[in-house]
Amino acid sequence: MRALKLAALMLLAVACAKEGANNSSSSSTASSTVASGGSVDLTGAGATFPYPIYSKWFSDYATATGVKINYQSIGSGGGIRQLSEETVDFGASDGPMSDEELAKAKGGPILHIPTVLGADVITYNVPGITAPLKLTSSAIADVFMGRIKKWNDTRLASLNPGVSLPNQDILVVHRSDGSGTTYIFTDYLTTAVPAWKTSVGKGKEVKWPVGLGAKGNEGVAGQVKQTPGSVGYVELAYAKQNNLPVAAVRNKAGQFVQASIEAVTAAAAETAKALPANTDYRISIVDAPGAGSYPISSFTWILVYQHQTDAVKGKKLVDFLNWALTDGEKSAITLDYAPLPAEMATTVKAKINTIDLSGAK
Amino acid sequence: MTSLPVNWLEKEKDRRRLNVGASAFSDKVYEALTAACALVVPGLVIAIAVAVFAAAWPAFAKLGLSIVTTSDWDVAGGHFGAAPAIFGTLVSSTVALIIATPLAIGVAIFLSEFSPSWLRQPVGFLVDLLAAIPSVVYGLWGIFVLIPLLREHVMPFLRDTLHLGATPFFRGPAYGPSMLAAGVILAIMALPYISSVSREVLMAVPRSQREAALALGATRWEMIRDAVIPYARSGIIGGIMLGLGRALGETMAVTMVIGNRPEISASLLAPGYTMASLIANEFSEATNDLHLSALMAVGAILFIITLIVNAVARWLVWSVSRRRAQ
Repeated sequence: MRALKLAALMLLAVACAKEGANNSSSSSTASSTVASGGSVDLTGAGATFPYPIYSKWFSDYATATGVKINYQSIGSGGGIRQLSEETVDFGASDGPMSDEELAKAKGGPILHIPTVLGADVITYNVPGITAPLKLTSSAIADVFMGRIKKWNDTRLASLNPGVSLPNQDILVVHRSDGSGTTYIFTDYLTTAVPAWKTSVGKGKEVKWPVGLGAKGNEGVAGQVKQTPGSVGYVELAYAKQNNLPVAAVRNKAGQFVQASIEAVTAAAAETAKALPANTDYRISIVDAPGAGSYPISSFTWILVYQHQTDAVKGKKLVDFLNWALTDGEKSAITLDYAPLPAEMATTVKAKINTIDLSGAK
Repeated sequence: MTSLPVNWLEKEKDRRRLNVGASAFSDKVYEALTAACALVVPGLVIAIAVAVFAAAWPAFAKLGLSIVTTSDWDVAGGHFGAAPAIFGTLVSSTVALIIATPLAIGVAIFLSEFSPSWLRQPVGFLVDLLAAIPSVVYGLWGIFVLIPLLREHVMPFLRDTLHLGATPFFRGPAYGPSMLAAGVILAIMALPYISSVSREVLMAVPRSQREAALALGATRWEMIRDAVIPYARSGIIGGIMLGLGRALGETMAVTMVIGNRPEISASLLAPGYTMASLIANEFSEATNDLHLSALMAVGAILFIITLIVNAVARWLVWSVSRRRAQ
């Protein structure tokens, strides 16, 4: 036994020595590649929701232009904090910054650049139902406030004629972690349902009247999938990629709309029509008008300082943002994000080009 | 030319190889190095404590003890009452110990006293392996295996078949994610700590102790109960406290199975919340200063509770060993 251990140790020692030798011989080449390949040009931090599309953009952009961008998907809150402290070149958030947060930013005024759109869908597990459930804002609010307790409640049955809803308790599943997904969902209910506004309100985390909390889209979806009688909300992209059952929601024009890329972009286009020319793009598009609009949709934003202190970096940032809104938008749909409406992309680019590169605050 | 012995060269080689008597300087260096190691760790603990309490201070100053005593956690409304999370941490850890302790001590007694030697190594290894599984894996297992099992079979059995639903502790609907699910997951996670410490302690009980009991006519079980376990008691308590420490601080697996509902309920079937889950859930998206500070305050309270638990453990071990000495 002891001999065996000794033999193993010796083998290990030999292996280590070899490893060491290899390292020392290759280290000189490694350090030279780092120097010649160029270090990271821009750093950003923030929302996790757009991370898949952003990382595709950053890698495509690096291939096209050689500019390297490092992005940490630490959450919108972290992105706002880091941008305010000026530890990153840009931030990213699923919810617009509040006036109070804007006032605390150390680098002066901040621009909100909408990049792509996302949406929340209502997913459910009701045994025996094949056609998509139809829901209205007040029905959703009543379910998530615990006022509708059973699936065969008349308020649900009247929206779904011909569907045999079971006499089963409803289990609400919501996000337990602070999240832009929750912000969009509660923003929608706050806008559309006065009772929700007074009793719950909107935010990245709210005080839920009923239900269970689960962490992340995957937590909510997993819980709903496993528990008969449950209902929850997840991101559109996540629901599409996992083929979850999704409810059709009645929009402001009275149409029941299934969430889709087109319906989300349509909601943005309808809202954009009514925007004033000097908008700061801190706008909500929930409960948008228009027959084809999906009502639980939102922008996600990249946050940048109006006055860039480093002219070289500022130029790189402006170039990237222009590229993202021109070429980047084309790849959004492949990853289940809704692109900005074309006219809006033009006005946003005009906004990007107002960024001041002179280096003065 | 003959002053040097023939094997002089060999002796010098030996001396150099053993590195004996090089200089007193190396002793000093060793002393300084080990002292630095010994001081860095307590320094780190103090630095963490200072940082956490400093960050928590604005919340304590503004909200006072209401963080501990109230149970309304409403970020938008500016209410930060962490009582349900404190309650949940204590209850889930207690449930975990109630399940894990007898099981772990049973494993330890079997392995140290009864097990044939060919079985001891593999079983002991597998139990210890439980400690090496990442907690997110426990959480996934909890969601996909444990929770359906609890919801479909265990919870209805406890509540209806055993009529425990008549007590407040097993009342209400069985959703699955619950204090009970968290307790079971934590029990499995704490078990290897308790059992491996207990096993080592039991194996360290002197042979003479066992032989004396057998010589007095004790059966094997009486020998274990009266001679072995009392001798090992302080060590076993130490192991239990180590397991408790693990249960109090566990975050990921608990967050995935507890249901994250900030309410105090007597029923183990109801969802709950823990301090560690609360911090993990909300920290990354907390932008408002008071919210951040309140989360830090929850961290500080968890820190204090862990300190108290460790102090109680020390005291228990000390009082048990003192009683035996008398």
